[in-house]
Amino acid sequence: MTTLLQRPAVRDDSDRAVAENRLGQRLVAPAVVIMLLVTAWPMLRALYLSGFRYRLTTPDDRSFVFLGNYGTILSDPLFWKDTLNTVIIMVVTVSIELVIGFAFAMVMHRIVFARGVMRTSILIPYGIITVVSAFAWQFTFSINNGYINSWFDWLPFINPDTNWFGDHWHAMTAIMVSEIWKTTPFMSLLLLAGLSQVSEDMIEAAKVDGATWFQRLFKVILPNMRAAIMVAVLFRALDAFRIFDNIFVMTRGAQNTESSSFLTYRQVIEQMQLGMGSALSVLLFLTVLGLAYLIVRMFKVDLAQARGEA
Amino acid sequence: MRKNWLGTWVGFVLIMAWCLLPVVWIVSLSFKSAAETTAGSPQFFPKAWTTQNYKDIIDNPDFTRALLNSAGIALSATFLSVVLATLAAYAIARLDFRGKRAVLSLALAIAMFPVVSLVGPLFDMWRTFHLFNTWPGLVIPYMSFTLPLSIWTLSAFFREIPWEMEQAAQVDGATAWQAFRKVIVPLAAPGVFTAAILTFFFAWNEFVLAISLTSTTASRTVPAQMAYFVGADQFNPPYSQLATASVVVTVPVVILVLLFQRKIVAGLTSGAVKG
Repeated sequence: MTTLLQRPAVRDDSDRAVAENRLGQRLVAPAVVIMLLVTAWPMLRALYLSGFRYRLTTPDDRSFVFLGNYGTILSDPLFWKDTLNTVIIMVVTVSIELVIGFAFAMVMHRIVFARGVMRTSILIPYGIITVVSAFAWQFTFSINNGYINSWFDWLPFINPDTNWFGDHWHAMTAIMVSEIWKTTPFMSLLLLAGLSQVSEDMIEAAKVDGATWFQRLFKVILPNMRAAIMVAVLFRALDAFRIFDNIFVMTRGAQNTESSSFLTYRQVIEQMQLGMGSALSVLLFLTVLGLAYLIVRMFKVDLAQARGEA
Repeated sequence: MRKNWLGTWVGFVLIMAWCLLPVVWIVSLSFKSAAETTAGSPQFFPKAWTTQNYKDIIDNPDFTRALLNSAGIALSATFLSVVLATLAAYAIARLDFRGKRAVLSLALAIAMFPVVSLVGPLFDMWRTFHLFNTWPGLVIPYMSFTLPLSIWTLSAFFREIPWEMEQAAQVDGATAWQAFRKVIVPLAAPGVFTAAILTFFFAWNEFVLAISLTSTTASRTVPAQMAYFVGADQFNPPYSQLATASVVVTVPVVILVLLFQRKIVAGLTSGAVKG
């Protein structure tokens, strides 16, 4: 197991150090076993199953197709369309959340009254069940029962008959709004934590030197929050890439709003295509892994180092 | 200065509206009668307030059963996950041992894991082990997905605890294990509590595994039950009933947030900045 492969970190061989090493490994062992049991093992099993044409409704008809499933998936336009949807949702929601979240963080940082009230209200969208948030927004956008059409019909592209679940872009907008509402608070809290680490003296010094508000923001505040921004973007981007609940509740994938996760779910649970579904799972896993690597490289921050871990 | 003050006020009002409007909306919907929402009722507040929806939902055995499942599964997962995470986080924060970095990297990797990619293999494995459609069938995966967050939160908290107390205990003759149990545990309790709240939120919220690894009300949790509670016509869901169910499952969340907001924020941001 990975815990045993690391090069020795123990500096001396005294009984005390040996005992400490043993206790440490014993204490982490149960958590490591549980984490591997439910992720690494099933993932290896998925890798194995992805080599078969295997449908649960006809288990005897199982045959080895090597990379056949991957070939089928990668040459299917549906896979690419769903991947594109997922990427659009990820990029749009994370960018908007970053801007709104930062504005929220600025307000929370500066505010001197009602901090508790504000913290409480900000945590409610975070804590609320995603399914509930999806229902709330589905009803908000509903043509019969929603208030969006009547409140915003002064906007040129909204009128009382706008059917938000009637075509691709409207449905995507509704899904993204629900996602943004639910996760902006999380983003703003992470950014607030980063913002409070930026030294006031530095901002003051820049002000004295004649820096404008924009210069102070882009040259002093943001560069000094890089670690916090990176953690927020990393976690939110990967989270957005896994989007599933909102789509399941709001459209069930209608109007081409299917995401990668939804496609995988549909293959496994609805179609019972275990072989094909496993291949999709492996692809999804690899995509997330690649995405994480990209973001970490982009910000050039060592996460463990940022946490102060040796 | 006066302009700044005004800007902060406007910001405050906007944030409150942003966060609370949708919540007020489902509460308002839950007091509309079924007849009103079926006919179409785009105004924000009900024409006539009624508590009939709440009576109906409490009398609905599928819903109360789902509520019981949710509570049982979420609490078991929280308890088990926090116990294991406490042991692991203590070791990470305080002890020098081989493979510490590997454990942290594993936790981080799992925090980013796409849950859906486990649906297929777990579905297959759980049927083999007869864990499909049972409580443990959901508790086990929830544990492993909440362990990373708990371990990170707790190790950050544990690093703040004064080392000297533990060493003093050891100088007085306590073993490493006694020092852990008698000195660190009481000091660490607030951090453990925070990890427990975050874990509970996750388990209470989880949806993908809840619909994939269950098939009947025997173990279906509230989010899963609600998603199937669509009624005969998919394009005309029972709005007011769903809104009422939403309000009921949101109550525990609101209570936890009201009581422990400061702790939750500390826990959520413990990994975001140095230290």
